[in-house]
Amino acid sequence: MEKIKRYTPIGLTIISILIMAAGILMGEPGEVFTKAVTLCLSCIGLG
Amino acid sequence: MERTRFYIQFLFTLLMNCRLWITRGNPIYTGPGKYLCLPGLNCYSCPAAVTSCPLGALQNFMATLRINLQMGQPFIGLYVLGSLGIVSSIVGRMPCAWLCPFGLLQELLFKIHLPKLPFWRPFRWGRYLFLILFVIILPFVLLDQTGYGQTWFCKYICPAGTLEAGIPLLAIEPGLRRMIGGLFFFKLSLLIGFIVWSMVTLRPFCRAVCPLGLILGFFNRFSWMRLHFHQERCVDCKACYRTCPAGLDFSNGIDPINSTSCIRCLRCVSICPGGAVTVTISKIVQEQKQHEQSAENSHCHQEQR
Repeated sequence: MEKIKRYTPIGLTIISILIMAAGILMGEPGEVFTKAVTLCLSCIGLG
Repeated sequence: MERTRFYIQFLFTLLMNCRLWITRGNPIYTGPGKYLCLPGLNCYSCPAAVTSCPLGALQNFMATLRINLQMGQPFIGLYVLGSLGIVSSIVGRMPCAWLCPFGLLQELLFKIHLPKLPFWRPFRWGRYLFLILFVIILPFVLLDQTGYGQTWFCKYICPAGTLEAGIPLLAIEPGLRRMIGGLFFFKLSLLIGFIVWSMVTLRPFCRAVCPLGLILGFFNRFSWMRLHFHQERCVDCKACYRTCPAGLDFSNGIDPINSTSCIRCLRCVSICPGGAVTVTISKIVQEQKQHEQSAENSHCHQEQR
């Protein structure tokens, strides 16, 4: 149990890197970019 | 420590909002910086913003995630969750205290000399409501006439969006002023409410509302960097409780020291007169250091003999 606890942080970092890499391979950064450069007026309370 | 933290927070606010050449007709930045999701509440529709807001990106993924719709996207936000996970698995909720622009604003507002009010602890559950309902469920479940969801948190709650995007865009683009309606006034009154609340209570938005802080806070207990409370060194002066921006009372055992509410400002570490609060980076690193230290000691011991 102690050993599991000890390696939890590094395990979480590795899992996060893998999740992020999967997102990049699926093309998610492009989607983030598209949404971020498109002005959505209703999203900021206008319209 | 506090001054250093302020400078770092200020620097990150500038870095996230370093588009200085703002022109009419081209109100928001469209450069490569918007691929990046930095862990701080900074609206990407702000004319000066050069990075993306992870919360806005996550809601957009939820709003467009449609398995049975032809135009739907198969993305579930792995890129955003992964990037948040990398940061928070190392330092936990530290970005809230050290780089969030909206956190900085709340701290500055609290410095105004006014009578202060305590934070009502049950409000802390609001963060769960806003994350589960407004960021995940409503954008995914409630569809508009086009068949997509909406960014419910951005649209109906986020005061950072009104402050950083709504108001500046109205100032830059006069054509947008005809779009002002009931929703804008509702969000403006929410913003004013949060500004007034921040003047009398420290970081109320972070403590009662912020879903991003909650996501980062989940990692506080498991991150590389962790706080430790040594009961035997505590002189019971309550300095940590009085200085804590999250109002955590760990010296009495009421809150865990690595609670999801802790923003890792490290005020308690620097203020404690008995050194009862310490911070470690990782147990593995710590053990390695101890091992090296003991090896060095035994080596010296042998040489002395």
